[in-house]
Amino acid sequence: MLLQRKLARDLLRLWSQVLTIALVVASAVGALLTTQACVYSLQAARDRFYVQAHMADVFASVRRAPRSVLPLFDDLPGVAQVQATVERPARLLLPGQVDPVMGHLVGVDAMRPFALNRPVLRQTDGSVQPGIWPGALRSDGVMPAWLSEGFAQARGLQRGQQLQVLMNGRLRTVEITGLALAPDVIFAGAMGMPDPRGYGVLWVDERALAAAWDLQGAFTRLTLRLAPGAREEAVLASLQDLLPRWGGRDAVPRRLQASHQMLDNEIQEQRLLGTVLPLVFTAVSIFLLHVVMVRLVATQREQIASLKALGFSNAALAWHQLQLVLVIAAVGVAVGGTLGWWAGRWLMGLYAEFFRFPELPLVIPASVWWQAVALAVVAAVLGAAQAMAGILRLSPAQAMQPPAPPRFSQGRWEVAMERALGLSLVLRMILRQLRRRPWRSLFSVLGMASALALVVMGNFFRDAIEHIVTRQFETVWRGDVQVITPEVVGSGAIRELARVPGVVAVEGTRSVAATVVHGHRSQRVQLRGLDPLGQQQRLVDVQGRVVPLSEDGLVLTDRLARKLGVRVGDELLVKLVEGPRPSVQLRVSHLVGETMGLNATTTRSTLNRLMQEDDRINALSLVVQSDELDAVLRATTRMPRVGGAFSKAHLLHNMQAVTARNIRIMSTIMTGFALIVAVGVVYNHARIALAERSWELASLRVLGLTRTEVAQLMVGEQALLLVMAVPLGMCLGWLLVWGLSVGLRSDQFQFPVVVWPRTYALGALSLSAAAAASAGVVWARVQGLDLVAALKTRE
Amino acid sequence: MGKTYGQGPAAVHALREVNLEVASGEFMVMLGPSGSGKSTLLNLMGGLDRPTTGELHFRSQRLDGADDATLTRFRREHVGFVFQFYNLIPSLTVRENVALVAELVSHPMRVDEALAQVGLSDRAGHFPSEISGGEQQRVAIARAVVKQPAVLLCDEPTGALDCDTGKRVLQTLLNIHERLGTTVVVITHNAVIAELADRVVRLADGRIAAIERPAKRARVEEIAW
Repeated sequence: MLLQRKLARDLLRLWSQVLTIALVVASAVGALLTTQACVYSLQAARDRFYVQAHMADVFASVRRAPRSVLPLFDDLPGVAQVQATVERPARLLLPGQVDPVMGHLVGVDAMRPFALNRPVLRQTDGSVQPGIWPGALRSDGVMPAWLSEGFAQARGLQRGQQLQVLMNGRLRTVEITGLALAPDVIFAGAMGMPDPRGYGVLWVDERALAAAWDLQGAFTRLTLRLAPGAREEAVLASLQDLLPRWGGRDAVPRRLQASHQMLDNEIQEQRLLGTVLPLVFTAVSIFLLHVVMVRLVATQREQIASLKALGFSNAALAWHQLQLVLVIAAVGVAVGGTLGWWAGRWLMGLYAEFFRFPELPLVIPASVWWQAVALAVVAAVLGAAQAMAGILRLSPAQAMQPPAPPRFSQGRWEVAMERALGLSLVLRMILRQLRRRPWRSLFSVLGMASALALVVMGNFFRDAIEHIVTRQFETVWRGDVQVITPEVVGSGAIRELARVPGVVAVEGTRSVAATVVHGHRSQRVQLRGLDPLGQQQRLVDVQGRVVPLSEDGLVLTDRLARKLGVRVGDELLVKLVEGPRPSVQLRVSHLVGETMGLNATTTRSTLNRLMQEDDRINALSLVVQSDELDAVLRATTRMPRVGGAFSKAHLLHNMQAVTARNIRIMSTIMTGFALIVAVGVVYNHARIALAERSWELASLRVLGLTRTEVAQLMVGEQALLLVMAVPLGMCLGWLLVWGLSVGLRSDQFQFPVVVWPRTYALGALSLSAAAAASAGVVWARVQGLDLVAALKTRE
Repeated sequence: MGKTYGQGPAAVHALREVNLEVASGEFMVMLGPSGSGKSTLLNLMGGLDRPTTGELHFRSQRLDGADDATLTRFRREHVGFVFQFYNLIPSLTVRENVALVAELVSHPMRVDEALAQVGLSDRAGHFPSEISGGEQQRVAIARAVVKQPAVLLCDEPTGALDCDTGKRVLQTLLNIHERLGTTVVVITHNAVIAELADRVVRLADGRIAAIERPAKRARVEEIAW
């Protein structure tokens, strides 16, 4: 059909605009597909692994409980299955490496294969097989072990290699006989930090493990599977009553389990991005399609009227125009679909480093593809709506007349203002052009601003993490090494560590699990006891000010205070759940804005008094001479009471190695998206303004204005839009960041809403670069203006 | 001089071997049907285009080989254009349209004086879309004369206007010509306008077919179409 040929030629003629808009549509489709692919793939891999390896529903640990008490747990209503294991923290020593590595040892009994959280072993062909038993302690004293795959990969460790494990003060050699994965350690990191190099899990023979800690016939960890229809809260409440008898701490449901929670946060983050990004891109696509289509119909009104006069129906002509936007949508879906699929696969590869599944295939359900198509079609139809309405309204006779000249008018105050400001004629022309089409100007500014905002959002994680690191590691924790003792020890340990050569200062802290209650609200927390005169671990409020600790005073994280509905000066009931389990009323003295955890803090002496104990601690912070760090770390391995030691420098180094790359990827992707949006908006705005006014511009050239003067007029308009878009984009960016922070907020963690000046600068720079590229095109077009045509044709 | 568009078999000879001298202070009308080459000639004379062959002089200056900057300067300093479709800048008021051009030259006429010349002092604050076609054309004339050009080139200045309005515009052009001594070249296919000229050049098929000097110049009120 001939209209089809016209369509093809229109598309070819508008190719650059078609392309820039199709790319914005593609960004919407790509962002939707990639984020949804992450959500569905992670969920599918997780659910499959959970079923395959029988992931438990409830997790608890005790200091030491005899296996004979297990029937008590078995008989709890709602409990379907109970698994008791021996698990202990240990330090791993890798050949030739001094940085401290936290290990977690899990005992596997040859006679009692795991019923829950079953480890699987990676085979050489990449498949996995159930792991039954790592094998008994060998006669040469070497202990066979399965090592968690993520850690092995991060450290380049392989089957057959040996490493040293400090077990209860004794150094043992283990040999890696398999690389294992388990559903409860899909994510493994010490203290929830994304540090795959600093934390490894080892599965070893339970008898050997129990012997090292004198735990024969006992267990330290309890995991439960709930019966269908069981009430989780009821089981947790029963466990809370039972566990303290054996020095038990909190029982946590699966949703609060560290690995599950980390994975869940990631899925939630992708889900949020999957809503925000496609929305922004779709809105920009609709706007761009709108301006281009309205312009196209305006330039073709005579053609359209002629076609109507020749007998083409309204429906046929409207469909003809709609096809043009549908082609753009189709290109967007094709490009975005390919990109989304490719980016999804690539992200799966990245995720595999943090989240260890037997396999993590890309899953994009058909419904997501349909959503992507629907998104593109909706953008196309909404974008073309007004242009199509224009076609329907156009009467053939009216369309044969030239359109009325563009109307300009001015109120008295505008005249006065222009005079008062002494605006040049060129500036007046620019301002009046923008004001004549206020909506288009507004949406162009909004579109450009959203590009800047995307850059800000894309770099937000870098700012937030640097802020957290600065706040956490420079202001709050000022020690160099953190030492953890598996058992509570006397404050004599402080003196013992202070004697280690290279140690400059030592401070001790204690923490006890507690329930804080205010009215009908309550929350499980770790109640920390700090040294009020300490310099190494301080409490810092939102403004970065150090908050003093007073005896019997309680300092809360602001999130915890909000959750409990308490303010400074209120009294809280604090129920400690260890030892004699005392309950006491404490007054809230300050609130602090900490990023991680729901924390309640008092002085160490207050905490020990409540526990009816003398000066006891279970963590120490050390300031160390920088050249003695490795020596100090080595020395702590010879101290039986030390369960583990973290060095701030190593932790930071490992974290930064991983996060820096991920942040760079995120920043690059978002900046890429932003550039597509910026070019889409600026270029199309410029092209249409140029097309609408090429006659006027050529007239100015004929009247004697130079090419530069005429180009300045057009580029000036773009520049003015840019000037308006930059501050707006910064505000929008801040709002997006705030939205993300709120959207990703959990009980345990909140990203600080921090945007560094360099991020704003990068956003403004990216937008300006896109604007400059578009200005270049405008400049070139102005050079090629046909002066003679201006004399002959009426726009 | 001559002007050819395109090359080889597709070449179009818009103007062939035209030899013409326009005297300072002359009121010349160029007549001819569509395609006769009159617009091409006007474009060459106004420095909008360059001839393919021959020479083009303005006073002592050669324009046929001039670069773009020289042609722009020539238009800016010496030529006033009046277009068939007025070509006013829609975002500028009447006064600003005139002022825009006045800013381009070193010794312009006062803007108010230019508007007074065309009888539009009372419309100075209006935008083009707020005044009639005839008024718009008079604004275009004021805009052309404000820089006190040596030459006023008018391309079908009455083409889009009815007879009465067209006559007012022509009267305005004649007033300018008489009061300021500006050289005026009008191209039109309306033969009646030729009665106002000092000299009439008839073009056909890219050549000058005839040059006539009317015995007596008519007054505007004597003509009609």
